[in-house]
Amino acid sequence: MFKKSLSYPHLIWMVIFVIAPMFLIFFYAFTTSEVDGETVFTLDNFAKFFEPMYIKILLNSLKIAVISVVVCILIGYPAAKIIADKDRERIAMGKKTTGLLMMFVMPMWMNAMLKLYAWLSILQPDGFLNTFLSSIGLPEINIMYTQAAVVLGTVYDFIPFMILPIYSVLIKLDNSVIEAAQDLGANKFKVFYKVVLPLSLPGVVSGITMVFLPALTSFYISDFFSGGKFMLIGNLIEKNFKNPVGRNFGSSLSIILMIFALLSMRVTKVFNKSNRQMSMY
Amino acid sequence: MKKTFFKKFFENIYLFLMFLFLYCPIAILMIFSFNNIKSTSNWGGFSTKWYAQMFSDDALLEAFANTITIALLASVISCIIGTAAAIGIQGYRSKRLKGVINAVTNLPMVSSELVMGVSMMMMFLTVNIPLGYFTLLLSHITFCIPYIIVSVLPKLVQLDTGIYEAALDLGAKPLYAFRKVVLPEIQPGIISGLLIAFTLSIDDFVISFFTTGNGVNNLSIYIYSSIKRGVNPMYNALSTIMFVLIAVLLFVINRRSSSKDNSSVIIPG
Amino acid sequence: MKKIISTILCTILTVCLVFVLGGCSSKTKLFVYNVGDYIHPDVIDMFEAENPDIKVVYELFDSVEEMYMKVSNGTSPYDVAVPSDYMIEQMIDEGLLNKINFDNVPNYSNVDSNMRNLDFDPTNEYSVPYMWGTIGILYNKTMVDEPVDSWDILWDEKYKDNIFLFNQERDMVSVALKKCGYSMNSDDDAELSQAEAALKEQSDLVKAYCGDEIKDNMINGGAALAVVWSGDAYFCMEQNPDLAYVIPNEGSNLWFDCMVIPKTSTHQEEAEKFIDFMSRPDIAKLNAEYIGYSTANEKARELLADDVKNDKMRYPSLDEDFMSKMEIFAYNKSRNAKLADIWTRVLNS
Repeated sequence: MFKKSLSYPHLIWMVIFVIAPMFLIFFYAFTTSEVDGETVFTLDNFAKFFEPMYIKILLNSLKIAVISVVVCILIGYPAAKIIADKDRERIAMGKKTTGLLMMFVMPMWMNAMLKLYAWLSILQPDGFLNTFLSSIGLPEINIMYTQAAVVLGTVYDFIPFMILPIYSVLIKLDNSVIEAAQDLGANKFKVFYKVVLPLSLPGVVSGITMVFLPALTSFYISDFFSGGKFMLIGNLIEKNFKNPVGRNFGSSLSIILMIFALLSMRVTKVFNKSNRQMSMY
Repeated sequence: MKKTFFKKFFENIYLFLMFLFLYCPIAILMIFSFNNIKSTSNWGGFSTKWYAQMFSDDALLEAFANTITIALLASVISCIIGTAAAIGIQGYRSKRLKGVINAVTNLPMVSSELVMGVSMMMMFLTVNIPLGYFTLLLSHITFCIPYIIVSVLPKLVQLDTGIYEAALDLGAKPLYAFRKVVLPEIQPGIISGLLIAFTLSIDDFVISFFTTGNGVNNLSIYIYSSIKRGVNPMYNALSTIMFVLIAVLLFVINRRSSSKDNSSVIIPG
Repeated sequence: MKKIISTILCTILTVCLVFVLGGCSSKTKLFVYNVGDYIHPDVIDMFEAENPDIKVVYELFDSVEEMYMKVSNGTSPYDVAVPSDYMIEQMIDEGLLNKINFDNVPNYSNVDSNMRNLDFDPTNEYSVPYMWGTIGILYNKTMVDEPVDSWDILWDEKYKDNIFLFNQERDMVSVALKKCGYSMNSDDDAELSQAEAALKEQSDLVKAYCGDEIKDNMINGGAALAVVWSGDAYFCMEQNPDLAYVIPNEGSNLWFDCMVIPKTSTHQEEAEKFIDFMSRPDIAKLNAEYIGYSTANEKARELLADDVKNDKMRYPSLDEDFMSKMEIFAYNKSRNAKLADIWTRVLNS
């Protein structure tokens, strides 16, 4: 019954709508159209990227993405750990899990635009936050149109993608390993630092890959929160593709982005492999 | 004993704060959708007028209709292609070929949405297909197929092919045997896949942003271009409805998957 | 169970088909492309009611540049678009506009004679003026004590984080050029780099560079100063009486938004019908009242309320004194790329 031919429509579809377009991006990235309409091979689109202004944009968006990822880890890890601990305890007792996880990852299914709008109406100068603060006599906070606002939007949008993989590693943690460490005289901090944390790192790493790339490219978040004062690489790509003359440069930027994606996946793979080997001992 | 009490206490406080962080914005959004005045920060009494206004906004209703029809068509079409593909993939003996096909299948899931969107846009422009409803549908089918395959494949792996062969031996035609024997077994996977695809399609912004045009909007794009023009409780009303819709869908998906095993929360993007 | 599911699926598919097929009715589709909030919401319905065989597809753009790109791409069949002066000049130059058959637009006679045959369309073959106005400073009287009469106030340290500017290279570079005492249309590299330096210096003081968000922020007292188009200024001043609008003494930009028929149009006659309809005094009046901008339609202006049509700010007399201060943007191909580069550098400085 498993006729190979059944997979052909899917493969043809993927070739037409995924692989061919990717090749097209490569084609545009390495070419430029001359005034007389001729297409010529060039590396200018990549060279342009190394102008100080674009390097600055890249560094700035890397900075924002890294800060967002770090914030996601700092507030997501404890949450994942607490929920996983609770669930493990219940599983050990043969009960059903708490269902807390579902609650914490549910926002990832919600429309990104909707989440963005929620924060937008809260952070406005006369928005809910400031109305609320001034009504209880506290000073107003104005973080709209700053990097902090972009980080906040990014963290809010992507934190479930950090909690979920960390949780799925922690939930599989063997209780006996922790008990063994405790029996050997390790204190709570040491148990966490020496046992739990290393074992949960694969989860953290896959969380990073899931948050980092979207944080670099979510042009809609900085569109609303940056007040036009800085750009992410995603904005740069979006701007260039909206403009017919920018498409070649936009394509080269996309390739640079793909390289980042591949690199981060490579890192994850290597990391997970070495970790698996480690955990064998 | 005392120590664990404090630990539990702080843990719960932490979870509660996180919960507030995640849900407060949405709750505030929903509350102000019932505001009587045009403000999202001051309360002016209860009213449902923004819902009424929403239902008289033609552009919004059109965007809503587009979102729903695209999501339905894309999930059903991708479901057919994806299920067939999953069955076909099982037929490959060569491990290397299987690996290649899996890589191709995973490509849309691992590559950045932004790159997917712009590359498809470039393709449509190059072959001169005017951007609009049709291109939007094609792009949605493209990013839905892999999720169908991923949720059907495990069911096929579990499937005992012996039953199917037994049915054939008993004289059943292949199609009949497939419908009566195989389909019921993999149906849960197909339906979960269908629901995931539907939800993803409803939510998508980035890919739609690049692959639509000519005045065809879906809700995400409509919200994106509207909130640039300032806040309006009408969008709160819209958000509330979207939120409830997605929550119900999620509830259904979760009920389905939690009855099998408790760790299968599906990850989009 | 299976039956139920298949029934549901069938119903869903049928509903889908009905929706899709319903979209492709036999009506002629007229694609109208305009910026947001730039038409009375009922006007499209009124046009469709009078012309039952036309269905208007109304699409919005964020900036005139975006419109230009989509039209020059040629993939979208726009029939009517509403660009500004310099863009019309550019599109004529690049052959992106169709000539309008003015026999089909009798209501063109209602357009103010001062606004015909302007530099961007000197023989008036391609465009029908829709709205016009100026660029100036909108300020909050409770937050700004001194008199506002110069662009220099946008460089005043006192108003750090209290200034909203356009995220539009042409308008902002022009403001900087005017501040430095040059022509808004200057193509001189030295003058442009001086303007760029001024903009970079200013960027520390700016709260945000954005678009329509400026209106909400000014109405809600989110900032003291903003650069806005006159029409938006009136809109904000109606919502918040503390606001005032000023055209600085150094002079400013005078702009015209006109209806044109892009080359992409496949329904020339219907497009002309639509333009004629929009130029009818009663319709132009509805639009002018709703948008709050100054209408280019003289007959419609006469129908407006007295305090509006006699408002010196909204309808300044286009006499020599006024015109000598104002400049209309001119199109200059090589300059466009320079402006874009300057702006990216300013935003990321």
